[in-house]
Amino acid sequence: MDRRDFLRSTIQPAQPKSKPEATIPRSASRAKPSARVSGDGLALYTGPWGTDQVIHLLRRTTFGATKRDVDLLKGELPWDAVHILLTAPSEAPEPPLNNYYNATYQDPTGVQPGTTWVTAPYGDGTVDSRRTTSFKSWWTGQMLNQSASIQEKMTLFWHNHFATATQTVGDARYVYQHNALLRSYALGNFKELTKKVTVDPAMLRYLNGYVSTKTAPDENYARELQELFTLGKGPDSNYTEDDVKAAARVLTGWRDSRTNINTYFDATRHDTTNKQFSSFYNDQVIQGRTGAAGAREVDDLVDMIFAQPEVAKFLCRRLYRWFVHYTIDEGVEENVITPLADILRNNDYEIRPVLFALFNSAHFFAADNVGGAIKNPIDYCVGLCRQFDVVFPGGNSVPDQYRMWDYLRFRAASMQMNLADPPNVAGWPAYWQEPGYYEIWINSDTLPKRVRLADTLISTTGYRNGNVTLIIDPLKFVAQFSNPGDPNLLVSDLIAYLFAISVSDEQKDVLKKTLLSGQTNDYYWTNAWVAYQTNPGDAMNRNIVRSRLQSLLKYLLDIAEYQLC
Amino acid sequence: MKRRHFLQRAIPASVLPLFINNISVRAYARSPMLEMLTRAYVETDRVVVLIQMNGGNDGLNTVVPLDQYDNLANARGNILLPENRILKLADNDTVGLHPSMTGIRSLYDQGQVAIVQSVGYPDPSFSHFRATDIWLTAADSNQPLTTGWAGRYLKAEFPDFPSGYPNEGMPDPLALQIGSVLSTALQGPSSPMGMAISNPTDFYQLVSNTQGPTPDTPAGRALSFVREVAQQTQQYAGSIKQAAGRATNLSSQYPAAGQNPLADQLKIVAQLIAGGLKTRLYVVDIGGFDTHANQISTGGTYTGTHATLLGRLSGAIAAFQDDLTQLGVAERVVGMTFSEFGRRIRSNSSFGTDHGAAAPLFVFGASVNGGVLGTNPIISSQVSTGANVPMQIDFRSVYATLLQDWWGVSPDQQTAVLARQFPILPLFGSVVENPAPTPVQAALYQSYPNPFVGRTTVPFQATGDPVRIRVYDHTGREISTLVEGTFEPGKHEVPFETNEPGTYYCLMESGRYNQTTTMICAR
Repeated sequence: MDRRDFLRSTIQPAQPKSKPEATIPRSASRAKPSARVSGDGLALYTGPWGTDQVIHLLRRTTFGATKRDVDLLKGELPWDAVHILLTAPSEAPEPPLNNYYNATYQDPTGVQPGTTWVTAPYGDGTVDSRRTTSFKSWWTGQMLNQSASIQEKMTLFWHNHFATATQTVGDARYVYQHNALLRSYALGNFKELTKKVTVDPAMLRYLNGYVSTKTAPDENYARELQELFTLGKGPDSNYTEDDVKAAARVLTGWRDSRTNINTYFDATRHDTTNKQFSSFYNDQVIQGRTGAAGAREVDDLVDMIFAQPEVAKFLCRRLYRWFVHYTIDEGVEENVITPLADILRNNDYEIRPVLFALFNSAHFFAADNVGGAIKNPIDYCVGLCRQFDVVFPGGNSVPDQYRMWDYLRFRAASMQMNLADPPNVAGWPAYWQEPGYYEIWINSDTLPKRVRLADTLISTTGYRNGNVTLIIDPLKFVAQFSNPGDPNLLVSDLIAYLFAISVSDEQKDVLKKTLLSGQTNDYYWTNAWVAYQTNPGDAMNRNIVRSRLQSLLKYLLDIAEYQLC
Repeated sequence: MKRRHFLQRAIPASVLPLFINNISVRAYARSPMLEMLTRAYVETDRVVVLIQMNGGNDGLNTVVPLDQYDNLANARGNILLPENRILKLADNDTVGLHPSMTGIRSLYDQGQVAIVQSVGYPDPSFSHFRATDIWLTAADSNQPLTTGWAGRYLKAEFPDFPSGYPNEGMPDPLALQIGSVLSTALQGPSSPMGMAISNPTDFYQLVSNTQGPTPDTPAGRALSFVREVAQQTQQYAGSIKQAAGRATNLSSQYPAAGQNPLADQLKIVAQLIAGGLKTRLYVVDIGGFDTHANQISTGGTYTGTHATLLGRLSGAIAAFQDDLTQLGVAERVVGMTFSEFGRRIRSNSSFGTDHGAAAPLFVFGASVNGGVLGTNPIISSQVSTGANVPMQIDFRSVYATLLQDWWGVSPDQQTAVLARQFPILPLFGSVVENPAPTPVQAALYQSYPNPFVGRTTVPFQATGDPVRIRVYDHTGREISTLVEGTFEPGKHEVPFETNEPGTYYCLMESGRYNQTTTMICAR
């Protein structure tokens, strides 16, 4: 079996028909005009397959389109490229390590330097906060080191969807477990994931499930499960306050154990009476169960909720806002969201077929859907480093490696996206707050911070901490392109690669002028590049080329175009 | 009394004829008060405007050595300017200006332009890129530097920048460039020391809170949103807008927008200076001087590409000076033109000139000592293809003079910025009697015999300051360093030997003294 056959076979079981559009019901209202979709819905994309398309796909599904990944996918058929992206790495990453030891601080539970703490005893608040930082650094590292797979971006999607915050969870081991769960289900089954998340120790802590008892059922999770995780608050989501109360009773009795780092069901705290739901749920009654069987009521509840067609629509809207654009007008709702939701339900809530249809659709590649998003801070920071191949320390020095990962993580946090600590249970407002949505990321505080990070990395000194430097090597970067000695080609390659939207011819001239130091003959740049290539060890030749590339790249990274995704 | 006025009085404005090669510039005294006042950063409202002429300007057709005209006719007959069209100067009949530079000629005659002859540096680079970097970083020919000379100056003045800036004391950009990519000249040791405004359009958009056009698509709308925030968050947007709002250009000499790109840039600079921006340095540029072919038009050597470019340069500077004068700020602004190199003495057969070495530059302004600094380059009757105008004045002397005598930094700080001391040129202030009589003046005398065969002797007089004497060939390449070190005050001699016939230039530097002699090795 060759790789393509293998990739198909891993996806095919969830894919009832050979082509994605075959699973889409042809709605009668398809022809209804719309500002954003003209009725093609999820029709298969059959347009050109070049650098622009591959980069658009990668920009949305990974953090920053790397040249390596662009070249990899360009050689595939679009169909196969999407297959590759929708394949998660076969193994889970190594867990986060003790990077927080130093001359005066040891892990009080005996976790040795450079080994993992995820199964160690809790210890105390101090070590837990150090572990939390270790986790956040580590997660940043996972994104930096991602393969050509959507897995990391989906993991972040699920984190934004099933939001939890380390500050409330209060146990780094739970936080890690929760993250591992999201990652393992990144391309998995939404319904299964919902069941797991409902009784996940981090979520029990975050939304008070662990103190919910038959005498004092806590409605927090019961509400958010419906309002934020599955049904939403759309016009077709008509669960009632009583449904929230009934669901809260279903969920009583779950507790977490710091000793065993897991959850368990305490039947003595569970409400064993029958739970009556509203007409929205067809007046369903979840039978009260006694003893250990009480735990199974969670499955009954999730099954009941997922019987509602609105669940699939809600999730597809969330995916659409994450991967395509925040604007969901009537046309998008009818011609994109509805057929995607059908795919999700027809495939029993498997995520992959939905993404497969979306990323193979003409709608996804439509001109209107290219470049209309604004990079979120993680996408900006991680994408910047990946795109420019900024070298991070390897695993042979865990403290250095984690410190540099954390530098980047902290930069994103200062730009208002603090990984693993979203502002609240609704996730980051950029994905739900009307009317600004993505624009919320950009303000007078955050935009200069973005520019400053890029400026630091492209500078001659880079970011230095201890004996480690994070820096963009402009020579290595442009050497990837077809003919860096041709200033016209180099400028157009850089624009195509870095920007989702093209720039005016006038601006291209300005960019070229930078390479040419104001000269009017192209060959001056060519000569300088050739001189450097012929003798790369010559400091003068290298400096001449490097300083001009630094200026050019700084300019490109500083202008508004680079903020678009 | 405002400090600016004090500074002006400390350096009175009476002017004597200035010939750097004939006068020991040591006689230009500085006030010790000035030194005392140069603590922390120097409070100054003095502005420098750098005009970069990209491409390598043909100096011999810009400032014409009229006493060399016949030999020029031999060497560059196909681009030679007609003698009767060359603009004459009021006080100097051996130096003329390109016919299209009427504006600069008139400023010269008003005493507002210093023509600095044959500016360059040892071992000139003929690569645009390297030569540009040398000029912007003030590096030696073989020394890679990543920081700009002005960037180092500004960093020394504002060591904490950019952290804590803008602030009450310095609310404005330290330096401002009209141009998309910040000039290397403004690159500081760790961060850029200035800001760039891409082009006049961007400036007017900034001032008027408007945006460039974007497509009416989601991407276009997102782009215009980010641009808007970028404009709002440009930390100097407020102060620039304020300055622009406080002053209006008054000169009627500016051509219509788009006609003369340099004038468009300088117009903005004048407005901002008059509007009270505390920015010390402005960088503008004009391109197209790389005239390998057709630098003149066949209709007349005084027309064509080079004539158009020099006409723009001259017209823009004249309008700018007129504007500054009407706006009442001319006295605190000095401008300096430069190009990465001059061009070859001998023209090529495509009516152009190839990359050369030293060239004249202009320093202009109401506070400048007008006149010609230095002597005309000597053009031999037999000019080889590779022959270049030799350097007479190191370009870093011009920088050093701006730093010390214009901005008032201490000699130590000047030396720190430029890595070593360079002679100060009499561009500002006046000749003041040196209060302490100097027993011995530094001097470089004509070598003997001259012409010579094989060996000649170079006599010089030392003061006790370190002396360096170097010899260059006719292309500007350094042949040898004859002496480098400290000598007893008094007269000394050093031999120079060569078997290569040709013209050689001998350059002596000692303290502020700087002198060149010519030596001919005969067959």
